[in-house]
Amino acid sequence: MNSPIAAARPRAIDRVNQSLKRRYAAERRFRFLGASAVVIGLLFVTILFVDIIGKGYTAFWQTSIQLSIYFDPEVIDPSGERDPQELRRADYQKLARDALRAEFPEVQRRQELRELYGLLSTGVAQQLAERVQANPERIGTTEAVWLLADDDVDMLIKGKIDRDLPESDRRVKDRPLAWIEALEAKGAIEKHFNTPFFSNGTSREPELAGIAGALMGSFYTLLLTLLFSFPIAVATAVYLEEFAPKNRWTDLIEVNINNLAAVPSIVFGLLGLAVFINFFGVPRSTPLVGALVLTLMTLPTIIIASRAALKSVPPSIREAALGVGASPLQTQFHHVLPLAMPGMLTGTIIGMAQALGETAPLLMIGMIAFIVDIPGGATDAATVLPVQIFLWADSPERGFVERTSAAIMVLLAFLIAMNLTAVMLRRKFERRW
Amino acid sequence: MPTSVLLLILLAAMAVAYRLGSKRAVSVAGGAAGIKTLHSLPAYYGFYLALWTGLPALLVLGLWLGFQDAIITALVQAQLPGDLTAGLSEGRLSLLLNDIKNLAQGNIVSGEITPALQAAADQYVRLQGIATLALWTLVLAAATGGLALTGRQITPSLRARNRVESAILVIMIVCSSIAILTTLGIILSVVFESILFFRKVAWTEFFFGLEWSPQTAMRADQVGAAGAFGAVPLFAGTLLVSFLAMLVAVPIGLMSAIYLAEYAPRAVRAWAKPVLEVLAGIPTVVYGFFAALTLAPFIRDLGGQIGLDVSSESALAAGLVMGIMIIPFVSSLSDDVINAVPQAMRDGSYALGATQSETIRRVIIPAALPGIVGGVMLAVSRAIGETMIVVMAAGLSANLTWNPLESVTTVTVQIVTLLTGDQEFDSAKTLAAFALGLTLFAVTLILNVIALGIVRKYREQYE
Repeated sequence: MNSPIAAARPRAIDRVNQSLKRRYAAERRFRFLGASAVVIGLLFVTILFVDIIGKGYTAFWQTSIQLSIYFDPEVIDPSGERDPQELRRADYQKLARDALRAEFPEVQRRQELRELYGLLSTGVAQQLAERVQANPERIGTTEAVWLLADDDVDMLIKGKIDRDLPESDRRVKDRPLAWIEALEAKGAIEKHFNTPFFSNGTSREPELAGIAGALMGSFYTLLLTLLFSFPIAVATAVYLEEFAPKNRWTDLIEVNINNLAAVPSIVFGLLGLAVFINFFGVPRSTPLVGALVLTLMTLPTIIIASRAALKSVPPSIREAALGVGASPLQTQFHHVLPLAMPGMLTGTIIGMAQALGETAPLLMIGMIAFIVDIPGGATDAATVLPVQIFLWADSPERGFVERTSAAIMVLLAFLIAMNLTAVMLRRKFERRW
Repeated sequence: MPTSVLLLILLAAMAVAYRLGSKRAVSVAGGAAGIKTLHSLPAYYGFYLALWTGLPALLVLGLWLGFQDAIITALVQAQLPGDLTAGLSEGRLSLLLNDIKNLAQGNIVSGEITPALQAAADQYVRLQGIATLALWTLVLAAATGGLALTGRQITPSLRARNRVESAILVIMIVCSSIAILTTLGIILSVVFESILFFRKVAWTEFFFGLEWSPQTAMRADQVGAAGAFGAVPLFAGTLLVSFLAMLVAVPIGLMSAIYLAEYAPRAVRAWAKPVLEVLAGIPTVVYGFFAALTLAPFIRDLGGQIGLDVSSESALAAGLVMGIMIIPFVSSLSDDVINAVPQAMRDGSYALGATQSETIRRVIIPAALPGIVGGVMLAVSRAIGETMIVVMAAGLSANLTWNPLESVTTVTVQIVTLLTGDQEFDSAKTLAAFALGLTLFAVTLILNVIALGIVRKYREQYE
């Protein structure tokens, strides 16, 4: 029966149906927002990688200029005795300069000559010296040699300096540009694979700067970090997970570990400076002090991962071992630890990856120093790859931008390799009990 | 001879001790047939000997290396002629000592080499030689002493396993106490230096002063000799950059967590999640490079086109990039808490006819809110403590401004700049860095404790 009142009151289903369109639209909007958030996140990843690779891939090639060098005995070996001392001290720069002048005989004025010499890197002296030392027979002969070009020439050849700009805005002026183009027309300018980048220490000159020093520094630092942190972390994890009585002391330890995991890394740098360097007198700027700081930083990560790995080993394993008469420690070392080891190693690799990428605390303990020599041990002054990246990123020369990006690519390659190893370890050894 | 050689010798000695111990155990038991009369397996006798050979020697080595430098320095200092040290401030004295050490190592010295300085350097070298010799003798004596003493104890009834195991247990306890020692070390180092700082600068000026220019002058009569240590501009700058970072990270992180947890097909989730997490694995120095060399010029040019004056080291660039860095942090923490909301709550909401987004907004998010808030607080603490991005992209000028297009500086940037230059260790400038460090540590610690508390409480609620 249709009473007038009931007719006037809309039925619930009608109200629902009316609102459905709006609600579905809201649903679509919300879903779209979520999807776009994911897309934006992925976009950031892509932009970051594209930007860095786009800036850096050119650094793996390096411009060289071919000149016919006359290994003038007058310059290299005036006494004619092939004395190694003398060979080392000779003015090889002059050989390269003479060759350049022979190439462009019309250049006479001093100012112009200086510009002409500027086409070559200051590293060519070293390059030529090595050639002569490798084979002293070369003295007195003429040979076509590929010599390292200056970073400005390099940038021009790689197209990072626009040739069409007016001269006043261009880093390479008209005169050098003409010489470069003349050389190019002769085919005397080529790009070669940049081995110096992987074998040199750092330098003020972009074309001579390499990452070998930083890589060795990172290697020593990481090796020591691993040696310090892994045993300590495993011992801590085993103790806390398997042996620790539940009391205030162990509670305190747990709270401390969790908090240390979230302490800003720079604070660890302050600790390293005040305690390790100023109190204990550990030498500054060395991989040793860097490793000590990074050990304290990575410990919480490894401990937490190791404890998770220990937790995942089922109690039946322990009970079985104890049941056949193993002591508690034997149970741990012979049965539980081997089963938990893949998980612990995964955590360790992730902790090491963190340590490899860490920069801030190392700035505090002097690893920021400008060190040209490649470190030969853990107590030599050194820098590490991320700090090198930071230092290069600060340098004003155009040539350092691509070097920095290339160094970042190397760093990221190492990090990706480490993380992939961790993932593979997990996949391979993961066990469901 | 370097210490690493000594370490290697010790390790070799431990290996030898292990062999000796297990061999001897077998022989005192009367050969292979008598092994069952031994209390423990022969290997434990070996371990027992190795521990006694290695541990005391290592302990001596560690203690000696820890204090050698300080003691030698003190000895050299005590023997310096009076007229060289008279009237020197502590900073000058440490410079002098540094010179002596440099001279001793054949490095470049800052001042002129006087005979007195040369004598002190010779003294330093001599003492170091003596110390090294003494260290070697002591360590080797400890090792052989330990070996000889315990070697004689080996009898079939020696409870070697129990002894080795209790030693290992002690080692494990010591290792796990390192976490506490680290915290203690952090607190002591920053608090101690901060106290020195607050003796020179009033704490009210530090926490409430509006001007920051920590350049202490060389001469006392120079303009601005005192330097200004009002840290408010730094706190403001830190908050501004962190706020911008949160503005990017929280919406994107939260929404992507929701999408991946509730909407995304399994295949999408399987590859989108790890790719997003790549952002968390990228070193901060890389983000800093990106912010300083790509984003900042881009923003400046963009601002220039629409007529805005953007500083080339704007807070905006640093904040945005820091936000990108924190996205995976927010999203993985939110993902955890969203997944922890019981399925029954979703089912209940659907049964009442709610759409999926209504369920998320009215049921899941309110239920997960404490966990999300905890996660965001952890992210904030991370943003405050982040260093490299701001060092490379945010600049050094201490502006008190809320305009994100201007250049600001942060607490972490100032710590880095104050401590990476060359200066005496106890100048107000260096000490200020520790006071800033203390503030940073305290703030992040409080945030972390509260956040971890909230997250833990939330987890317990649904377990």
